Amino acid sequence: MTSWLTKLAPKLLSTDAKKNIPAGVWIKCPECGETLYSKDLDKNLKVCLLCNYHFRLTAEERIEQLFDENSFVEMDRGLLPIDPLKFVDSKKYKDRIKQTMAKTKLNESITSGVGKIKEREVAAAIFNFRYMGGSMGSVAGEKITRVIELALKRRIPLIIVSASGGARMQEGAFSLMQMAKTSAALSRLAQEGIPYISLMTDPTTGGVSASFAMLGDINMAEPGALIGFAGARVIQQTIKQNLPQGFQRSEFLKEHGQLDLILERKDLRDKLTELFGMLLPT
Amino acid sequence: MYILEFEKPILALKSKIEELRMQQQTRGDEKLLKEINKLERQTKELEKTTYSTLNPWEKTLLARHPKRPYTLDFIEHCTTEFTQLHGDRNFRDDPAIIGGLCRIDGQPFMVVGHQKGRNTQDNVKRNFGMPHPEGYRKALRLMRMASRFKVPILSLIDTPGAYPGIGAEERGQSEAIAVSLREMAALETPIIAIVTGEGGSGGAIALGVANRVLMYEHSIYSVISPEGCAGILFGDGTRAQEAAQSLRYSAQDLLSFHLIDEIIPEPLGGAHVKPDEALDQLKRAALSHFNDLRGLTGPQLVEDRYQKFRKMGEFAEG
Ligand SMILES: [Zn+2]
Repeated sequence: MTSWLTKLAPKLLSTDAKKNIPAGVWIKCPECGETLYSKDLDKNLKVCLLCNYHFRLTAEERIEQLFDENSFVEMDRGLLPIDPLKFVDSKKYKDRIKQTMAKTKLNESITSGVGKIKEREVAAAIFNFRYMGGSMGSVAGEKITRVIELALKRRIPLIIVSASGGARMQEGAFSLMQMAKTSAALSRLAQEGIPYISLMTDPTTGGVSASFAMLGDINMAEPGALIGFAGARVIQQTIKQNLPQGFQRSEFLKEHGQLDLILERKDLRDKLTELFGMLLPT
Repeated sequence: MYILEFEKPILALKSKIEELRMQQQTRGDEKLLKEINKLERQTKELEKTTYSTLNPWEKTLLARHPKRPYTLDFIEHCTTEFTQLHGDRNFRDDPAIIGGLCRIDGQPFMVVGHQKGRNTQDNVKRNFGMPHPEGYRKALRLMRMASRFKVPILSLIDTPGAYPGIGAEERGQSEAIAVSLREMAALETPIIAIVTGEGGSGGAIALGVANRVLMYEHSIYSVISPEGCAGILFGDGTRAQEAAQSLRYSAQDLLSFHLIDEIIPEPLGGAHVKPDEALDQLKRAALSHFNDLRGLTGPQLVEDRYQKFRKMGEFAEG
């Protein structure tokens, strides 16, 4: 389909279909403001048909898009967070976990396992941003480390899809240590010559960007994703200057030599197949 | 002068004792001697209770005390033949991290560590001990060199955090920290890391992937600063004291979580009161741990470090 037609399609649809379709199936693009019909959006891998804005995906949606049909087998589903600090802010961490689980129907911020991409087995860890901002505590760190160790043992390539605000402060220093734990595991993977591709999506910051997310043999990102170490607010308060246009977006990082490539969602499966194929010939 | 609130009653007693001692010396009064002895005992008791019951916020203030011994003080007091090694070979020399070769009790070591400034001018140069990516890249360059020559590494951690700035982001603050974590894990030489003051988040652990991790009695090691945590939780950075209560980042907390190996005792009143004594303690502790690691081969040291961090994390498995 030519691009102008793709771009026009939802607009045409929206005018006459709106009346008959119940509320909730219309989604407003946060980037360009266009109202999109959710079925069209899903068909387009949750990328805005008008402005190419990449909507955030759940791990479930990512798995569906990325892996061969029904090939993904989840592992370590039974790992659950506990509250080693007895952390209290506006509510108890324990209650926050319960509410998050009830709301998201997820056990933790990471879904890990093995699936097939064009018949090649690939180990994967995928973040759920809606589970406490995709924050990394002990469970996320453990799941990532286990999936790295599995890739090592079975000599299959690894992909980690990040979408995270960073380390989870409710688990204090335990969360901090996950940065070292996961990075140490990747050191073994690198020494054994097993390829690891890191895909950074919106947002990838803090202790996640400053550990495994930046350690890919190939570091790639989706267009327009926020990626950085420090939050923009903290930087602004520290330096008391305005931040440059596009600061900490994928394109900015690539320009400054921090990313190998920016990849559109529709190209991910093909690109991973190509790259893994060259790095780990069967 | 930098006097903390909880130091005031102790300092008041001490100046009272000083006053009485002057009087006693001029008048030779026996009764005054008794009074002085009594006050001295009282002071000692007060100091003991004060410093063993500091709340998390008071700990934080002590950990940030500008008179605490820094990396350069350690080098000055505990090492000989120090040669500072500069630069990351790519961008510049970051003065917020220093490092170099030296001898401790005659044995060669590579020392790397954060370096804060003690006054405004010094802090402008040292950037308050907040490194840029090139600082971590310099530290890693030196540590890799140490590993090649089987020279043990002592890493001293004391930073509010890695610097949050435009240049730091442009040059890959995240990548620099991440690579340091991964590469430290693979170094085939003994590494001991010691948190001497503030262990501020990613900027601290970037120098902390060691075989043994120790902390000074009044130091902290945290996933986020209490100010940052309060900003996120309450939308108000000034509520840092409350956040400090929740974060459990004191040396005593981390030891109870089995995340560090040992606490190095400080002189009564904190390391800043008698820095030389504090540094002697640090040196003793470091050397005793290096001694324990002496028999291990390069690959065994890597395995030891891997297993140490591999165990960290608390979760349920259903
Ligand atoms: Zn759009």
